[in-house]
Amino acid sequence: MTSIILFAPLVGAIIAGFGWRIIGDKGAQWLTTGLLLLSALLSWIVFLGLDASVTQHIQILRFIESGTLSADWAIRLDRLTAIMLVVVTTVSALVHVYSMGYMAHDENFKDSESYRPRFFAYLSFFTFAMLMLVTSDNLVQMFFGWEGVGLASYLLIGFYYRKPSANAAAIKAFVVNRVGDFGFALGILALFLLTDSVRFDDIFAAAPELAETQVTFLWTDWNAANLIAFLLFIGAMGKSAQLFLHTWLPDAMEGPTPVSALIHAATMVTAGVFLVCRMSPLMEYAPEAMNVVVFIGATTAFFAATVGLVQNDIKRVIAYSTCSQLGYMFVAAGLGVYSVAMFHLFTHAFFKAMLFLGAGSVIHGMHHEQDMRNYGGLRHKMPRTFWAMLIGTLAITGVGIPLTTIGFAGFLSKDAIIESAFAGTAGGYGFWMLVIAAAFTSFYSWRLMFMTFWGKPRGDKHTHDHAHESPMVMLVPLAVLAVGAVFAGMIWYTPFFGKEAEVEAWFGAAIFMAESNTVLHDAHYVPAWVKVSPFIAMLGGLLVALWFYIVNPALPGKLAENQRPLYLFLLNKWYFDELYDVVFVRPAKAIGAFLWKRGDGGVIDGALNGVAMGIVPFVTRLAGRAQSGYIFTYAFAMVIGIVILITWMTFIGGAE
Amino acid sequence: MIGIEHYLTVAAALFVIGIFGLFLNRKNVIILLMSIELMLLAVNINLVAFSSFLGDLVGQIFALFVLTVAAAEAAIGLAILVCFFRNRGTIAVEDVNVMKG
Repeated sequence: MTSIILFAPLVGAIIAGFGWRIIGDKGAQWLTTGLLLLSALLSWIVFLGLDASVTQHIQILRFIESGTLSADWAIRLDRLTAIMLVVVTTVSALVHVYSMGYMAHDENFKDSESYRPRFFAYLSFFTFAMLMLVTSDNLVQMFFGWEGVGLASYLLIGFYYRKPSANAAAIKAFVVNRVGDFGFALGILALFLLTDSVRFDDIFAAAPELAETQVTFLWTDWNAANLIAFLLFIGAMGKSAQLFLHTWLPDAMEGPTPVSALIHAATMVTAGVFLVCRMSPLMEYAPEAMNVVVFIGATTAFFAATVGLVQNDIKRVIAYSTCSQLGYMFVAAGLGVYSVAMFHLFTHAFFKAMLFLGAGSVIHGMHHEQDMRNYGGLRHKMPRTFWAMLIGTLAITGVGIPLTTIGFAGFLSKDAIIESAFAGTAGGYGFWMLVIAAAFTSFYSWRLMFMTFWGKPRGDKHTHDHAHESPMVMLVPLAVLAVGAVFAGMIWYTPFFGKEAEVEAWFGAAIFMAESNTVLHDAHYVPAWVKVSPFIAMLGGLLVALWFYIVNPALPGKLAENQRPLYLFLLNKWYFDELYDVVFVRPAKAIGAFLWKRGDGGVIDGALNGVAMGIVPFVTRLAGRAQSGYIFTYAFAMVIGIVILITWMTFIGGAE
Repeated sequence: MIGIEHYLTVAAALFVIGIFGLFLNRKNVIILLMSIELMLLAVNINLVAFSSFLGDLVGQIFALFVLTVAAAEAAIGLAILVCFFRNRGTIAVEDVNVMKG
């Protein structure tokens, strides 16, 4: 059954991608969507009926066999895989359905062009690669899926290939991910070097030994477990857009909105969190690396939230929100409460996909206008989208009844992370960053809502007159995701963040928490003010947003004027792009130009031209002069030659 | 007592005279032929001297072969010379410079 889940999207992608001329546009759409719905259905069956106490290995074929390197292509079916299967196939199936409406007309392509089969084939291919990643039984297979989703991401970000900005964004996403992937690859190599295997079972068994091993890397001695965990985390940082490698994610919004919802919100970017959780038996032995994870995660959560406060593009706000929420997940994973990280990953997939699809619905209804300053008052024009977005916002800001387990999905999972952060860092940096980020999250989410759906219509009047509700095919996925965003937290609260025994029973051997790791236990006994703090932060953010954008709409502009340096600092995303441009991009271009002009043009071409046009004619002229035509010259040359030969023979001792 | 080294010295002297006859002569092609003949004879002296010294007749038989070949070579050389003179009207070495590409 899991094989069907894995291969259905691949079959869809191949048929839609190569056979669309035969089955047609509509055929390709329905085929891929149908297969994905089948996958999603089977995933839920697997998820609900899974016996987590045994880890199943389903072998598909022998993948690589070279010396001691042996990697099977196999499915590792445990609780982590099952959760990811459900998340990936559900969101993907809904995005497929949604795309039928969203991609029906596109001004980036001519009417005669057939772009939809390509889009659906890419989407299905992405789903296959992602499933390959989450079902992997060894690191090589995981890396294969990892690169597969990177490729799909590249293709889909650059889907509007006539837009230069889309192409640039696609290349940026690919290149930045290469940086992370390099770390990931080094981690895999180090693991293979030390454990002589890439299979998870062998690596996990060897983890306690790795913690005792020293390894030399970059002329320094490191603890092997810490080094490997850190290298793997660099890979995770790239994929999950954590601070320093986050710059590609906002630019990735150049892709079509369904792509943003599927790849850059719900699934691919969570691959890094999944990787850390999957490697939990190793991570538990790498305390220093885990501290780095917590630090980077908390800083990213804070950083992205601050940038999200001032962005005007509706998709960029949500993109930074994604970045920030991924930071939350990494904090949880870094503290060793992997179940909580997976909990937030699970709920986040629902509400973030919904926010993106809702934003897509708004963009679709507003004729591809993405600037929120040109929205306003849309709740009457598109009431169903409004309700969906409202549910999504309530979920992401974490609305619920404090001190109980009743609330929207984000309320339960985010509070779980914040409580864990307090328990794990003893109320330190991680905790406070997350609480502040929670307040900012609430502010920018409500700002988005208020600017889009409340107030007076702004911008082009013509566009507002023609603003319309999206078709049913786009609203149904929103409704399904809304159900998830409301209930996912309440239903699965206990298995993800209940008592330790409950969590262990639910996850089985999929995640490993060392004896000394008591964060999950402590998180249940934090003071009441800690439990209430995210709720207060949320309320604060909501009230400020309400005051800024409903009560006194002139205030934000004035504040931006008064605090201009701060405003520009945030608007320009802490100047990371500019910094990277100066530090990496320009020198790289300069080196490239140098190698091109001097290296290639000067040395290589110059050498060839010099030989062909300088040295060869010179030698030819000399040789020509030697050929005098006088017989005595030739005879002389012969005799001289003989003399030299004989002398040489005499000195080296003749034929002996 | 005349030893082998005397024969070899004479032969070497004749050979070097032949070589210088080839290079230094700019006047007459016939002198070239004579120089070549001289070198061949120098070699012959060597052959005969070694033959006698080592008690091996093969050297003297080889000398006879060389003489035969030298006679044939002289005949062909003179024939070419006659043809050349008919064509160019001169046999001065300085004018024989058409052997180049």
